[in-house]
Amino acid sequence: MSAVPFLDVQSISKYFGGVRACDDVSFHVDRGEIVSIIGPNGAGKSTLFSCITGFHSVDKGRVFFKGQDITNQKPHTIAKLGVVRTFQIVQVISDMTVLENVMTGGFLRHSRVADVRSHAEEMLAFTGLTDKRNHNALELSISDKKRLEVSMSLAMKPELLMLDESMAGLTRVELREMIALIRKVRANGVTVLVVEHVMEAVMELSDRVIVLNTGRKIVEGPPKEVVANPEVIRAYLGERYNAVRK
Amino acid sequence: MGMHTISGKKLAAGGALLTLLIILPLVSSSFGQHVMIITFMFAMCGVAWNVMGGYAGMFSFGQVAFFGIGAYTSSFLVLTFHLSPWIGLVAGGVISALLAAAIGYPCSKLRGHYFAIASIAFAEIVRIVFTNWDMVGAAEGLTLPMVKESLTHFMFHSSKLPYYYIMLLFLLLAVAVCYWVSTSKMGYYFRAIKESHEIAEVLGVNVVRYRLFAIMISAFLTSMAGTFYAQYILYIDPESVMIMPISVQIVLVAMLGGANTVLGPVVGAAILIPLSEYSRAWLGYKGTGVDMILYGTLITLISMYQPAGVWGAITNLMRRGK
Repeated sequence: MSAVPFLDVQSISKYFGGVRACDDVSFHVDRGEIVSIIGPNGAGKSTLFSCITGFHSVDKGRVFFKGQDITNQKPHTIAKLGVVRTFQIVQVISDMTVLENVMTGGFLRHSRVADVRSHAEEMLAFTGLTDKRNHNALELSISDKKRLEVSMSLAMKPELLMLDESMAGLTRVELREMIALIRKVRANGVTVLVVEHVMEAVMELSDRVIVLNTGRKIVEGPPKEVVANPEVIRAYLGERYNAVRK
Repeated sequence: MGMHTISGKKLAAGGALLTLLIILPLVSSSFGQHVMIITFMFAMCGVAWNVMGGYAGMFSFGQVAFFGIGAYTSSFLVLTFHLSPWIGLVAGGVISALLAAAIGYPCSKLRGHYFAIASIAFAEIVRIVFTNWDMVGAAEGLTLPMVKESLTHFMFHSSKLPYYYIMLLFLLLAVAVCYWVSTSKMGYYFRAIKESHEIAEVLGVNVVRYRLFAIMISAFLTSMAGTFYAQYILYIDPESVMIMPISVQIVLVAMLGGANTVLGPVVGAAILIPLSEYSRAWLGYKGTGVDMILYGTLITLISMYQPAGVWGAITNLMRRGK
């Protein structure tokens, strides 16, 4: 192999007491891809995200970003290198306006307030939140909060954006908008790794899908192949349903 | 809504207020001047508390430790090395900031009540150490020698006015620092940390480092107020500059006025300190505790009906009016 992989996760394991939240998981992401991680509840998807971004320490294995070992680095160090994540439960700063929230992310790349502000305004225009820039972040609807979260992440100028369930709880219209937004993010040169339950989004967005079950990677491939895989169906629907289908 | 651009109106109001504060002591009684000096001093401590408590969400109930160290450092240097209190002022600030960092670092995971408890413990340890430390006078404290009055000696006998103007300048400095912090990268990061460590980390904030910045700035400013107090009263002991009620007073000043606003603690001090000084002067000597009852009632009413603080409520009203 000549080129260094963009994100290279090598045999990551993470134990909580006796529970193997992540068990020997390996995968890679190429620059410009959209890759989805799916799996039933408790499969270890969010833990995997936290291991990559330094929010959890890794017990075994290594993570490389653009060839650099980022295993067990601090979250702010990893963010500075260009790997930015969101959390499953939307996080915003409650006593700030929408614009100020985005600016807080922007300070990672600029120090002058004026620069940060104008860059944050650009991000809000990009995600379609300009009208609500002076609203308090808590006044936003769920869908706008998720947009805000994406805006905050983008203000940090990520090379790899990791979104944890950014589609959950959205109406159909909002879902379409979010899918379009993520496409737009990728078109702007940002590689995207998502954890997602909403299969419509997974099918449409993903170049590749990785399936986790009980901490282990069971299948990886193009979305259409993955959903037809018997092992995936068994993981999601249980042995019995699989047997009936046969 | 320009939080970062000061409008002409605000500037005019600030100028008028400042002019008033410059003229007011000239027509006040000596006791009136004293009340204003103590008000400014607590306002300064409240502003300093606000940097770490209001913005960064670290509720310290141990600010008196820095106040006391400021008072002791300058006094000790005056007595032992005959250094100017102004040198002691800086030295005290530096020692306070370093000690704040040394104690803040192992506490970097503590939040909310746990941080508050740790801060109380810290201040109590400092008090007990000073009460038993012979080199700094132990329980007897330190008495500053009378010298010729001058700015270099930070000592004035004929009038309280120099103390008044020096304290006013200190307060303006603290307000300027807090304003600068609140509108810069640091202020944004502090507010992210206050929201949750997790979101701050997501946003790329080095939480440990920025918490230490907040604590150190706060400690330095509080220490300055302590040095001022020592030069103003000329006698300090652990019971006057290191006791918990001072820490509580500092928190009250900030909360009452409005934490998380630059001027809130100043407004809080302007209400609370004259109330406490005058009610003590008028009612306190009878030993009935009426002054404390009044004081407690006011605090209860404000925390029940205006949790954003007086200044917080006013700024909210002005914002709504626009």
